[in-house]
Amino acid sequence: MMGFPNVPTLSYDVVVIGGGPAGMAAAIKAKELGLKVLLLDENDYLGGILPQCIHPGFGIHYFGEELTGPEFASRLAKKLVELGVEYRTSARILEIRNYSDLEKFVLFTSPSGLYGVWARAVIYAAGARERHAFEIGIVGDRVSGIYTAGEAQTLMDIYGVLPGKEIVIVGSGDVGLIMARRFALEGAKVKAVIELMHYPGGLARNVMILRDFGIPLYLGHKVVEVRGKGRVKKVKVVRIDENLRETGEEFWIEADTLVISVGLVPAVKKLKKIGVEIDPATGGPVVNDRLETSVPGVFVAGNSLLINDLVDYVAEQGEMAAEGAKEFIENGGIESRRWTRVEKGENIRLVVPHYLSGERDVYLYLRVSKPMEDVELRIPEIGKRLKLPVVKPAEMIRLKLKEEEIRGAGKLTVEVVRP
Amino acid sequence: MRKTYRFTCIVCPLGCSIEVEVEDGKVLEVRGHTCPRGKEWAIQEVTSPKRVVMTVLPVENGALPTVSVKTAEPVPKEKIPELMRFLASLKLKAPIKIGDVVTEWKGVKIVVTRGA
Repeated sequence: MMGFPNVPTLSYDVVVIGGGPAGMAAAIKAKELGLKVLLLDENDYLGGILPQCIHPGFGIHYFGEELTGPEFASRLAKKLVELGVEYRTSARILEIRNYSDLEKFVLFTSPSGLYGVWARAVIYAAGARERHAFEIGIVGDRVSGIYTAGEAQTLMDIYGVLPGKEIVIVGSGDVGLIMARRFALEGAKVKAVIELMHYPGGLARNVMILRDFGIPLYLGHKVVEVRGKGRVKKVKVVRIDENLRETGEEFWIEADTLVISVGLVPAVKKLKKIGVEIDPATGGPVVNDRLETSVPGVFVAGNSLLINDLVDYVAEQGEMAAEGAKEFIENGGIESRRWTRVEKGENIRLVVPHYLSGERDVYLYLRVSKPMEDVELRIPEIGKRLKLPVVKPAEMIRLKLKEEEIRGAGKLTVEVVRP
Repeated sequence: MRKTYRFTCIVCPLGCSIEVEVEDGKVLEVRGHTCPRGKEWAIQEVTSPKRVVMTVLPVENGALPTVSVKTAEPVPKEKIPELMRFLASLKLKAPIKIGDVVTEWKGVKIVVTRGA
């Protein structure tokens, strides 16, 4: 066949790219559905980011009990091994090629050399990347001591190295808040958490960490400059008005470490290369209710699909993608007589999946643009109404729709409005 | 003296806004919770707050340089610094399995959540 004559080639029904919760759940499901599956991960251990997320709070929906990240990962890994799912760690994907609907080729490097895999379907679950300081306009000296929250977490909770003694955290998202607790617990001084928006970015239970440790939270502020010689010495903070413009009111905080926690972006570069259509709102692919992208036979799950706040939903998406891959391989494609488009109405920032078949029940994952209280989530076309006491951009909403609710609708507009 | 404590429930990801009415150290009323666990937690939060504590401990000859651990049960908030000082003195040797109890501190089991 086409391609790489000197590269040893393997052949599977489905290749899963990424060994985090989405990828492991997908590979387990695919195996249970009778598919020949190979899972690839670039790290030298399975679990993705879970092994470094040592705090509790995982698995309440998926396993029905509260676990830490490593425990959640280890349950999936154990099941994967028990089922005899083939996997390779330290396997870095170089390229995905889409030769035809049922002919995908994945090229990867590994400690034993370069390999190619032929597969009929690909499940892409490679997670997300963190936004870094240069993406939020922080200028100044090029010094050591600037980390993303995930980097700091790897340093601390995998390698046991405290990244600094006096720390300023940019962004009040979950990872930033969780790291604030870890720094404080391990004896570092967290001098401030600086948040651009006028409300906190993380889940409520994580915002509470700040009160536990007496860490000041500056809402409506941003870090604009870093100064130091060799190492961070101080950072400049400015106040922001309601329209997110700088007010000129500014002050310096002395610190040796700056931790950037300003959100994740789905890591979809390799999907873009094969023409996968991207939704600018999620940063991830446009998908149907099988989590299939615009390239037939290429499925996506977890933080590569959209940024999730609960790992439980990430694993659920992995299973959905595996079911999609099964149907795709058996039928030679995902069939639907007509796709129902899901559209964003008032106060909806993003909603996934984008197209529904009406031939199966589906979970919609959505986020609002701004916080509101005492609202209704509505889909006027089908008369769906759901009362919600509080909605926040930080907290993803998951809504189940039954196939009979979807069937026949030309489009569905999701909106969050005051009744 | 009557006092109202307002906070966000952290029992589950729902994050209910709970209000607890307290007079002279006695809980009069709990509002805003949606489950009994939330109510129980809110009462404890104003009378004697507790937290599960997690950290990493250095390990010799492991696949990774540390194992992660947690307390098997929540511990009183004001005892956390003391517990952390105790944990900072520990050094472990591989092999260590997930679920192993590496030590106890004042009757609280320290459980391994990531082995090495």
